[in-house]
Amino acid sequence: MDMPSPNVALIAKKDRIVSRLRAVLPDDAVISDIAETRAYECDALTAYRCPPLVAVLPANTAEVSAVLKICHEEGVPVVPRGAGTSLAGGALPTADCVILGVARMNDVIEVNYPDRFIKVQTGRTNLSVTGAVEQDGFFYAPDPSSQLACAIAGNIAMNSGGAHCLKYGVTTNNLLGVTMVLMDGTVVEVGGAHMDSGGLDLLGVICGSEGQLGVVTEATLRILPKPEGALPVLIGYDSNEVAGQCVSDIIKAGILPVAIEFMDRPCIEATEAFAKAGYPMCEALLIIEVEGSEGEIRDQLDRIMAIAKTHNPVELREAKDADQAYRIWLGRKSAFGAMGQINDYMCLDGTIPVSELPYVLRRIGEMSKEYGLGVGNVFHAGDGNMHPLILYNANKPGDLEKCEAFGADILKLCVEVGGCLTGEHGVGIEKRDLMTVQYAPVDLDRQMAVKDVFDPQWLLNPAKVFPLASSEARRAGGSAPSASGIHPRDI
Amino acid sequence: MMPKTEQELAELVAGGSGPFRIAGGGTRTIGLAEGEALSTRGLSGVKLYEPGSLTLVVGAGTLLSEVEELLAREGQRLAFEAPSLGGLLGVEGYSTIGGVVAANASGPRRMVAGAARDFSLGVRFVDGRGEVVKNGGRVMKNVTGYDLVKLMSGSHGTLGVLSEVSLKTQPMPETQVSLVYEGLSADRAVAMMSASLGSPFEVSGASHLPEAGGAAARTVLRLEGFEKSVAYRSGSLQALLAPFGEAAVLEITDSEALWLGIRDVQRFTAAEGDVWRISTQPSTAADIVAAINPLDAFYDWGGGLIWALTSSGTDIRAHIKNGHATLVRAAEADKRRLGVFPPENAVVAKLSEGLRRQFDPDAKFNRGMMG
Ligand SMILES: Cc1cc2nc3c(=O)[nH]c(=O)nc-3n(C[C@H](O)[C@H](O)[C@H](O)COP(=O)(O)OP(=O)(O)OC[C@H]3O[C@@H](n4cnc5c(N)ncnc54)[C@H](O)[C@@H]3O)c2cc1C
Repeated sequence: MDMPSPNVALIAKKDRIVSRLRAVLPDDAVISDIAETRAYECDALTAYRCPPLVAVLPANTAEVSAVLKICHEEGVPVVPRGAGTSLAGGALPTADCVILGVARMNDVIEVNYPDRFIKVQTGRTNLSVTGAVEQDGFFYAPDPSSQLACAIAGNIAMNSGGAHCLKYGVTTNNLLGVTMVLMDGTVVEVGGAHMDSGGLDLLGVICGSEGQLGVVTEATLRILPKPEGALPVLIGYDSNEVAGQCVSDIIKAGILPVAIEFMDRPCIEATEAFAKAGYPMCEALLIIEVEGSEGEIRDQLDRIMAIAKTHNPVELREAKDADQAYRIWLGRKSAFGAMGQINDYMCLDGTIPVSELPYVLRRIGEMSKEYGLGVGNVFHAGDGNMHPLILYNANKPGDLEKCEAFGADILKLCVEVGGCLTGEHGVGIEKRDLMTVQYAPVDLDRQMAVKDVFDPQWLLNPAKVFPLASSEARRAGGSAPSASGIHPRDI
Repeated sequence: MMPKTEQELAELVAGGSGPFRIAGGGTRTIGLAEGEALSTRGLSGVKLYEPGSLTLVVGAGTLLSEVEELLAREGQRLAFEAPSLGGLLGVEGYSTIGGVVAANASGPRRMVAGAARDFSLGVRFVDGRGEVVKNGGRVMKNVTGYDLVKLMSGSHGTLGVLSEVSLKTQPMPETQVSLVYEGLSADRAVAMMSASLGSPFEVSGASHLPEAGGAAARTVLRLEGFEKSVAYRSGSLQALLAPFGEAAVLEITDSEALWLGIRDVQRFTAAEGDVWRISTQPSTAADIVAAINPLDAFYDWGGGLIWALTSSGTDIRAHIKNGHATLVRAAEADKRRLGVFPPENAVVAKLSEGLRRQFDPDAKFNRGMMG
C-alpha cells in the first residue's frame, strides 16, 4: 500500500507549526513529542502505521476552526480522527500531517424527546449517545459492533452501519444536521433538527465522505423509542443455497426482521471452539431477530419458522427468554474474536445482491484453496453486506501480501456480481486502489469534483478514498479550475 | 426533445448549448426553469426487479404509476409514499420515477421510514458536460466513495439528468387502520402526536387537520402491519392516549383514502392562494402557524411538516426559525419575487453553487430553478 511521500518542507517547519498551534490551544492539547504522537500512528487497520507530525485535541468548534485556519495557511494536510477504530485506514496519518482528534469533544448539547433528536459533539462514542437517552426509553439506532469505542465523528465520516440496519437504516438515514469546519476554518451549519434539505442535500454527501470535506464537530441525530422487546431464532441448513433461499422467502413474505445474520461452516467451527455457544455443526446458520410486544414477537417468529421449515432445516432453535437469546447471539458476537484466536485476520465488507450469495460463497471457497488461506464468512444476510474474514500469519513473510491479493479478488467478485467494494467500513487506504474496479474514471472524477468545492487545496485527508494516480494532479496543485472562465449563472 | 437512450441523451447534452428544461412527467415543476423542454420519458423500462432482495432498477422516465403497479403485483411498494401534486398544482400528466427522485418527493411516511433519498440506492445521470456518470449501485449497503445519490436526489435536475435509478422497495403491510381524535387544538394535537411517535407502537402517519368549514379538527394516527399486530398496537395506543380523548377507528379503505388526501394536499386543491411546504421541528409548528396566520394550514409528520395556504404574494419566511419553507404553488411573478426554494446560509449557498458549477459548468440544466 503506497502513501504519498511526505513533504519535507513541512517537516522542516514543524517547530513553527507547533508553536502556532500552541498559541490557540491549551498546552496539553498539542502533542508533538515523537514518543507521544505514536499513539496516533494507526487506526484499527494496524498493518499500516506512521506517526503524524503533530496531533491536536481541540475541545470545541472554535478551537477546531482556529487549528484548521493555521493548517490552511501553512499548507499542512490534516487527518481528522474520531476513536481510531476504522478498519480501512481512514485515520492513518502521513509523516507531514496534523492529526485532528475530536475525542475531547464529547458533550451532549441538547436532548429533545418531543421532537425525537439529540445534539452531541462528535467525539462522543456511539454507545454513549444511546446511553444519554435510554433511561427515558429511547435509543440511537445505528449500532456498529465497535459502538463501545467508535465516535459519532467516525460514524458520520464512514456512514457506518450496524446489526440492526435492515430495519433502522445506517448513519445517513439517522443524521439530521451537522456543524462542520471547512479546511480554511469556516464554520458551516448544514441541516438542523428538521427533516430534509430545502436546497441541495449537502448533508447526504458529507455523510460518508471519510473526513475529506470538513471536520464535523457537532451532530443532530434522530433518536427512536425502544421496542417493547426482541428475540432471535437460530436456523441451521446443510447448504448455503437453501439458507439464502430462506432469507429471500422471509423478506418476500413481508416480514421485516431487525437483523438477519449468516455464518458459514468455517466460521461456526471457529466460534464453537472459542465460545462454546452450542451451535449446530452445519453448512449455514441464520440468526434472525424480530421486535415488538410478546404477542407480536410470537406471531413473527411463527411465520419465520413456518417458512424455515419448508426448507428442511437441520436445526431450528427459538429463544423463549433473554437467557436463550443471549446464547443464540453469543457465538455470533464472538465470531471475530474466535477467528482472531486462530490467526491474524483481515476483515472485508463487500456487499452483494442477496440472490448471489450461494455463488459468491462457492467462489470464495474455491479461492481459499487456491491461495491456501482459510476464510470464514459472517454476513448481514438481509442486506447482502458480507464480512469474509481471511486468516493469515503476520509473522510469516509474504502472508500479508497474499492475504491482500485474496481480499482484492473477493472484492472484485462482489463488484462483478452487481455489488460493491464496501458496505459499511469505508474505502480509506484499504480499498482505495480498487476503486477503478467499481467506477469509471469519470465517476471518480465527479466525486473528486465535490472535494474540489469543499477543500480546493486538497489538504483534508488527501491520500484516501481515491487511487493515488487519479488524485495526483489535485493533490499536487489543488483542484483543477472549472472548464469555462465566466459562468453563465453570473450573467 | 425526447432521447430514447442514455447515449442519445448524452450526445444531445454534449452537442447542445441549452439551456434545457428537464421534464419527467412535468407534474413536479415547482421552480422556474428556463429553456427548451428535454423529456426523460424515452428512458423508460424496468431493468431489474428482485422482490426477494427488495431491489428495483428502472429507467428514469418510467411512470411512477407503472412502478407502483409492478410492485403491487409482488405485494411491495415504495415506502416513502411519493405524493402526486398534479391536482394541487393544476397540471396534467403522470409523474416519472426520475422526477420523484430528483425532487426527493416524499409523503406522510417519510417521518419514520425515510424520504426518497433514503430509498435511492444508485443513479446514472448525464452531467452538464454530456458525460454519463454512475454512483451507488443496486445493493442496500454501499459506502464506496462519495454518496452522489443523495446529492442528485433533491437537486431538481440542476446537476444532471437522471437516466436510471435503483430503489429499495418495501413489503406492503397486510393491513392498516387510523385512529381519529376530534377537537384538539394544534398545540395539543402536536403533543399527542409526539407522545404517539415516542411510543413503541410504530405509528406510520401522524397528521393534524384543523377545523374547516364547520367540520371539527381531526388528529389522525396510522398503524400498519400484520392484522394481529395492528390490533394490538391500536389498543395499546388508545390506552396511552386516553388523556387526549377517545378515538374513532378507520378501517383499511377509509384509512387509505384519508392518507391519500393528506399525501396529495387535496385540502388545498380547490382553494385559492399560495401553497407553502414547511419543514420544521414539530414542537415549534403550532407557533409558526400562529405567526404566519394563513388562510388555512394542516400538519403532517407529527408536526414536522406544515402545509400552509396563504393569500397570494405573502412572504412567510421571516417566521421560520428552525427549518425551511418552499413555495410550492404561486403565480410566476410571486415565485420570482419570493423565491421558490428557501434561502440558504451564505456558506451552504456558496458550496451549493460550487457544486452546480462542477456538475453543470455551462448552466445548461434547469437554469433559474434553484440557485
Ligand atoms: C472490532 C470492530 C468492529 C467494527 N464493527 C463495525 C460495524 O459493525 N459496522 C461498521 O460500520 N463499522 C464497524 N467498524 C469500523 C469502525 O468502527 C467504524 O468505521 C467507525 O465509524 C469509525 O469511527 P471512529 O470514531 O473510530 O473513526 P476513526 O477511525 O477515528 O476515523 C474514521 C474516519 O473518519 C474520519 N473522521 C474522524 N473524525 C472526523 C471528524 N470529526 N470529521 C470528519 N471526519 C472525521 C477519519 O478521517 C477517518 O477517515 C468496526 C471496527 C472494529 C475495530
